Amino acid sequence: MGKWMNRQSLVTILGVLLIYGIVQGSIFMDVMPPFVALTLIQICIYVILSSSLNLINGITGQFSIGHAGFMAIGGYFAAIVIVKFHGPLVLALLVGAIVSAVAGFLIGLPTLRLNGDYLAIATLGLGEIVRIIFLNTEYVGGASGFSVPKTINWTWAFGLTVLSILVMRNFINSTHGRACISVRENEIAADAMGINTTKYKIIAFTLGAFFAGLAGGIYANYMYIIQPMTFSFLKSFDILVMVVLGGLGSLTGSIVGAIVMTVASAALAGLPEWRLVITAVLLVAMMIFRPTGLLGTKEFSLSFLGKKGDKNAASKN
Amino acid sequence: MPLLKIENLSKSFGGLKAVSNLNIEINDKELIGLIGPNGAGKTTVFNLLTGVYDKSEGNITFGDKNLSGLKPYQVTHRGMARTFQNIRLFSDLSVIDNVKIAYHQRTSYSMASAIFRLPGYYSGEAEMERKALELLKIFHLEDKAQETAKNLPYGEQRRLEIARALATEPKLLLLDEPAAGMNPQETQDLMNLIRWIREQFKLAILLIEHDMSLVMGVCERIYVLDYGMIIAQGAPDEIKSNPKVIEAYLGEEVV
Repeated sequence: MGKWMNRQSLVTILGVLLIYGIVQGSIFMDVMPPFVALTLIQICIYVILSSSLNLINGITGQFSIGHAGFMAIGGYFAAIVIVKFHGPLVLALLVGAIVSAVAGFLIGLPTLRLNGDYLAIATLGLGEIVRIIFLNTEYVGGASGFSVPKTINWTWAFGLTVLSILVMRNFINSTHGRACISVRENEIAADAMGINTTKYKIIAFTLGAFFAGLAGGIYANYMYIIQPMTFSFLKSFDILVMVVLGGLGSLTGSIVGAIVMTVASAALAGLPEWRLVITAVLLVAMMIFRPTGLLGTKEFSLSFLGKKGDKNAASKN
Repeated sequence: MPLLKIENLSKSFGGLKAVSNLNIEINDKELIGLIGPNGAGKTTVFNLLTGVYDKSEGNITFGDKNLSGLKPYQVTHRGMARTFQNIRLFSDLSVIDNVKIAYHQRTSYSMASAIFRLPGYYSGEAEMERKALELLKIFHLEDKAQETAKNLPYGEQRRLEIARALATEPKLLLLDEPAAGMNPQETQDLMNLIRWIREQFKLAILLIEHDMSLVMGVCERIYVLDYGMIIAQGAPDEIKSNPKVIEAYLGEEVV
């Protein structure tokens, strides 16, 4: 079992438990301000969203900007299971994520033949189409929104986030993840080395859509109400900004990006008219001084704690 | 039976016939050269073989299977691997990851074992690591396994590209100008390496090259391509004295 328990993963596990414990403790003792609790759940949701978009944009190099559409699919289908069929929360989240993944697969088949700007435009359009379909569907409340009981708490949100990150990390640090990275690095060479590039693009897209759907489900079951306006292309851009800020291709970067942007927008909630200006200035400054994002394609690593890092975490690129 | 049989292969780009009525046969473990002036269509032949281009006419048989309509990754799976004229490494990845990616198609484990970290993941990764290091050792790159590929010197990048192609475990290796940009000493080393690869990995090699000392020194048979057509074929000595070849390279004598 030496593979599982090196010092680095032990520290990571302890850190994760500590964060969970501190937050859960302060919620339990009722010292957590509701605004902070909301921000923490939002961080969880955005961490899942940005790291799953990173799987498509950063790891596989396919520029997609319709992530809010998949979030909407997951959110609405999870809500339907809860409200209309009175299903359990786990089933609702799973249905939302799976429907979103299926949608991602079906959308990916034709659109992933495009590349660069064309793929970006196609995914942007698809995100809007999804939103407009929900907007015009009376079954889910149309423009006025869809009320959903609040069943998500910190334990659920945090647990699902950790699980999602773990699955994505394991995917990226495997031969399948390397295949996706090779598509990003040089598609012609990847093809010549026997990688089925179309297959791996679609796998990344489907997996990304799955987790976006899961995040949407968490969102729907926490916010009391979901409205089509929430899932506009501005949401897609928010997620994209987090990915780019953290560094395209870095999973830990996406986590950092999501935390920084969510905290920043929460801190600037008092001056809403300046919020977008300040984030825009931040982004411009970053594009000038650090165009690769905070972490580039590197992963934040605790390797300074132990002599040797996780040997199996192969592509620490 | 030949390993590779190209019959009446043609490729047109609009009105331009890049390759016409090409016939080439390669037997097991043969070392064949494909030469010709710039723009003769040599790289087009490689692209047709590996499925990058669809052929206009003709037949390509590899082993006992027809290669028509296959995508490049499927051709690689059948046992044909290539290098590129302008190096195409995964330049931001480590040297060993470059090789591991090429092992993907032969030694893969399921996605489920990757995500749930089942025993298959650990044994699969360990096997890839071992094979990749072995291969790098052959190419004297094992010390640089963790180096980023783009930071290697040019000659080592060329060697890594050949190593990566070999990791797909081919029966036929296509080398597109392996000596481009090398000095005479490096070219000499490359010649020895090519011969040695053929013996060690027991495969056939088809190489495109402009460096005549390399082609003449290492190839058993040579095909000469000019304007998309084979104008001569045979042993190096025959090619050297073939008037058509001299004409194609040096032009006609003006009396």
